[in-house]
Amino acid sequence: MSGLPLLSLTTFLPLAGVLFILMIRAQDEAAILNIRRVALITTVVTFLVSIGVWTGFDPKNPGFQLQESHDWMGAFFAYRMGVDGISVLFVLLTTFLMPFCILASWESVQSRVKEYMIAFLVLETLMIGVFSATDLVLFYVFFEAGLIPMFLIIGVWGGKRRVYASYKFFLYTLTGSVLMMIAIMAMYWSAGTTDITVLVNKPFPVSMQTWLWVAFFASFAVKMPMWPVHTWLPDAHVEAPTAGSVLLAAILLKMGGYGFLRFSLPMFPSASADLAPFIFTLSVVAIIYTSLVALVQEDIKKLIAYSSVAHMGYVTMGIFTMNVQGIQGAIFQMFSHGLVSGALFLCVGVVYDRMHTRDIDAYGGLVNRMPVYATIFLILTMANVGLPGTSGFVGEFLTLAGAFQANTWVAAFATTGVILSAAYALWLFRRVVWGALTKASLKSIVDLSTREMVILVPLVVLVIVFGVYPQPVLNACAASVDALIHNYQAAISAAGQTASSAAPALLIR
Amino acid sequence: MYSLIVFLPLIGFLIAGAISLFGAAATVPAPVGGHDAHGHGDHAPADHGHDSHDDHGDDHHHHAVEPAAPGSRLAELVTTGLLFVSAILSWVAFLQVGFGEGHEAAQSIKVLDFITSGTLSVDWSFRVDTLTVMMLVVVNTVSSLVHLYSIGYMNEDPSRPRFFAYLSLFTFAMLMLVTSNNLVQMFFGWEGVGLASYLLIGFWYKKPSASAAAIKAFVVNRVGDFGFALGIFGIFVMFGTISFDQIFANTAAAEGKTLHFLWGQWDAITVICLLLFMGACGKSAQFLLHTWLPDAMEGPTPVSALIHAATMVTAGVFMVARMSPLFDLSHTALTVVTLVGAMTAFFAATVGLVQNDIKRVIAYSTCSQLGYMFVALGVGAYGAGVFHLFTHAFFKALLFLGAGSVIHASHHEQDMRNMGGLRSKIPLTFWAMTLGTLAITGVGIPGTEIGFAGFLSKDAIIESAYAGENAFSGLAFALLVFAASLTSFYSWRLVFLTFFGQSRAEKSVYDHAHESPAVMLIPLAVLSLGAVLAGMVFYGHFVGEEQAEFWKTALFYGADNHILHEAHLVPFLVKASPFVAMVVGFLVAYWFYIVDPSRPKALATQYQGLYKFLLNKWYFDEFYDLIFVRPALAIGRLFWKQGDGTIIDGFGPNGVAARVQDVTARVVRLQTGYLYHYAFAMVIGVAALITYAMFAGGH
Repeated sequence: MSGLPLLSLTTFLPLAGVLFILMIRAQDEAAILNIRRVALITTVVTFLVSIGVWTGFDPKNPGFQLQESHDWMGAFFAYRMGVDGISVLFVLLTTFLMPFCILASWESVQSRVKEYMIAFLVLETLMIGVFSATDLVLFYVFFEAGLIPMFLIIGVWGGKRRVYASYKFFLYTLTGSVLMMIAIMAMYWSAGTTDITVLVNKPFPVSMQTWLWVAFFASFAVKMPMWPVHTWLPDAHVEAPTAGSVLLAAILLKMGGYGFLRFSLPMFPSASADLAPFIFTLSVVAIIYTSLVALVQEDIKKLIAYSSVAHMGYVTMGIFTMNVQGIQGAIFQMFSHGLVSGALFLCVGVVYDRMHTRDIDAYGGLVNRMPVYATIFLILTMANVGLPGTSGFVGEFLTLAGAFQANTWVAAFATTGVILSAAYALWLFRRVVWGALTKASLKSIVDLSTREMVILVPLVVLVIVFGVYPQPVLNACAASVDALIHNYQAAISAAGQTASSAAPALLIR
Repeated sequence: MYSLIVFLPLIGFLIAGAISLFGAAATVPAPVGGHDAHGHGDHAPADHGHDSHDDHGDDHHHHAVEPAAPGSRLAELVTTGLLFVSAILSWVAFLQVGFGEGHEAAQSIKVLDFITSGTLSVDWSFRVDTLTVMMLVVVNTVSSLVHLYSIGYMNEDPSRPRFFAYLSLFTFAMLMLVTSNNLVQMFFGWEGVGLASYLLIGFWYKKPSASAAAIKAFVVNRVGDFGFALGIFGIFVMFGTISFDQIFANTAAAEGKTLHFLWGQWDAITVICLLLFMGACGKSAQFLLHTWLPDAMEGPTPVSALIHAATMVTAGVFMVARMSPLFDLSHTALTVVTLVGAMTAFFAATVGLVQNDIKRVIAYSTCSQLGYMFVALGVGAYGAGVFHLFTHAFFKALLFLGAGSVIHASHHEQDMRNMGGLRSKIPLTFWAMTLGTLAITGVGIPGTEIGFAGFLSKDAIIESAYAGENAFSGLAFALLVFAASLTSFYSWRLVFLTFFGQSRAEKSVYDHAHESPAVMLIPLAVLSLGAVLAGMVFYGHFVGEEQAEFWKTALFYGADNHILHEAHLVPFLVKASPFVAMVVGFLVAYWFYIVDPSRPKALATQYQGLYKFLLNKWYFDEFYDLIFVRPALAIGRLFWKQGDGTIIDGFGPNGVAARVQDVTARVVRLQTGYLYHYAFAMVIGVAALITYAMFAGGH
């Protein structure tokens, strides 16, 4: 391995871009174009560097890799970075999506471009930081600080009700994180270290676990978001600018699932086993409840936001099945949802930029004037309903296969989601894309521009590639997931519990 | 070779799809204000709206003045050409595997890894055995003929490249389904054909009824897929694998094991089979999940022939036949299959009696015939079920394409009340349709192996039902014989209403009625050949003397399952019963529609209630709308407004946010610029927390 601190480089490169942008003082058109270019170049370079992380990563090794460690605040916490098979995927997803976000904002954002780009680049650093921090406090700093740029992006560049939406977002997430902060302090007092790489192999005393679990749950459930703390998401999505929605759906939501995998399962295994039925219940309710709500939405973005909540229901369900299919499925579902929902929000952005409305009723018959757009939207819709051959299928299938082993009730209820998702997604597609083009306002709408094609086509291609050949993602996380389950089961048996929900009941083999 | 067979249609799809997409992008009508925008963009559907017969699912954009998409001819030739190559190779494979040496065990050909997760391992791979190659022949023969036919039939449609792309996409997905070596790949094909079906039903997306039918087809199929998916999970839990080889090798070990599913312990194989069968019911439009199929007639007629008659809807039958090693072990599951099949055969036939849309009659007929196939499977006569699948593909595709030719001839009229007397106008179509009708009604000499295709396969099923041993096989036998007379009645009714008597069409329409071009007639001729001969040629191999050598290991008959043998030994009266039923149906139809045409109307008035009940398809659509669709929307709205709005937000963030805003409104006016203050406050807050943590922790 080279001596280059690749992870830190990836994490903080966007901040270098911020420095460049800050140096641009002028306010004219040329300067604004330069700002956009700097932001784009920064994100592209960050992505290229992150490919170095990928190539330097050994999928066979279940532990943390590319580790960096520097003492910082004495005994309390250190600057520790590292990735394992789970987090490396999200680092890449983040760096991969960022250039598209910048491109998507190229024309739609005209006010305060400089601040906007700075907010995005700072957000990128913080997001990568969340996934590569291996120190509790460092994680917490990244995790919480990410709130600020997102809060600003919604609050400043958002739609009409942006202030309400950003407050809601802020209130929800902050409530959760205060509890997590307290839990982190308790963990430090108990374990004497904040090094995640140590903590994951050393579960906490059973008596503490439940409280710590609940505290972390409060934070992750809001991020996820799980029912019933999901109501901030539709509002945030609706008001956020397109690129904000993309990051929100594709990356920020994944922090919750990542948190469950990184903290709840390995550090509080007994509590996780005890509370798995609780999670299952919330997940199943989320899948059915939000799918039904999605069915009656009148706003495109809200519909997709509710469908995101439903899809995240599969993730939480998969994680707490504690078996390989469930957890790998959950990881894949998060990864795939990052691509699919990100691309779907970009699709909404395309028509929003033209019509400045998100009302489903304002559209209809787009296929007549936007055939390329219609095709892309169709593929993404199919990915959203989990059609085999798209990445959406693999995650749903694996999580459900995992759930069936854990509890058939959960699997049966969750599988109704495939019916409901087809209903709301196709109904949306019909109202927006199909039909005769009769609305006067739509008669001069134009198909995708080259810039929009550059944004959407790679995502669509990846959605299909990972649908046909999902192995790169599954291979990357296989070893880490195996280790996670192994440690979990060891901890459970050490604690004398029966791992009721784990261990597939293979009758013949 | 198998890769070629499967992937050639995919290549065709990609090429035609690209042509369609580029063509569509290049010819987007000019924005409003442009001179020709009106004529291009919305003229055609507007015309449809005013057509008096729009609600019969009018079948063509005949008023369209839109020019054909660029590359239409190229797309047609490429897809059709590739399909014919694929079809020829399929016949070669069929002869090799079904009749050649050295194919005793199923062969598997791996293409690529698909999913590996823990002990779950799924490949993209092909399974080659007699059942596969038989399906290859059915799918590719009908598909290539439908491609060819569509060149003529869709001649006036402006977006032909898209149509042919979808057809080829469908064929590819169907081939993936039938060649699959494991349940997940089968599910891929299963949902893939669902997608293609959705796209083709909604091909004329400007028509609201077409879009609605497309969604309905997809969603109802998904209800079936719900069961299919759970069945796959059940198999994975029981067997630790989803690949056919390993499942079939371990069935003996699984027998008698129980599986905990929902509230109880059940016989594992029964639960799994019933769940899988739920999927089959969705795809094959069986009773309770059949509602999408008649609506699917909104699609262009060649689509109805290919997807909704010959191939996709038989996927359920194929799946049960493929899983016969499992189904054969569950008496309960087979009993359910028998009951559902018999109910469907009966129910659909009754509805078919009174429909007026020519395509809907054939659609209900398809539904009914699928019921026959399931009865055969249910009594364990897998060969007979698959045999009927095979022959049905020919004569039903023939009937649909013939109907298409009628529709084409009579100016896109689909209502049989506005037809009549077309025999002299379109004689070739008439003869083709007549052969199809002879085949579906089962004309042949009882007690021998001489007859039209449907005679041999349908009678094999009815005899098997008689010989069957489960609780419902007797009922099934009775219902099937009765349905045979109904089949005969509605099939001849269709012929008489369409081709005989006085024309009831407008004079100009009747005068302009014309025979279809050769590209449409050739497929009719080939399929007619199949409708006449498919039964006699293949009887011995599918269900007769040579069936064991023909099927080899592809179909599974348990040690106690001698149904095919027993079916041969049933009394002559049983063998003759479908023939008698057929004659009765024919005579009644002849009396009603040739001798005394006022009779049906009088009967309909006399038995108003029954007539309405049948005409409205037993009110299933209304019923489902009442118990599923409306409640789902109402609950969705309730959850949204009351659940999310009043309860969660009301007590949660809004309550808090209102307080916060009260306070902040007094301190600073809420303006965008001031948001930085909040951001600053947050930074300070986080910093304060960390500082506290640091000192608190440091001590």
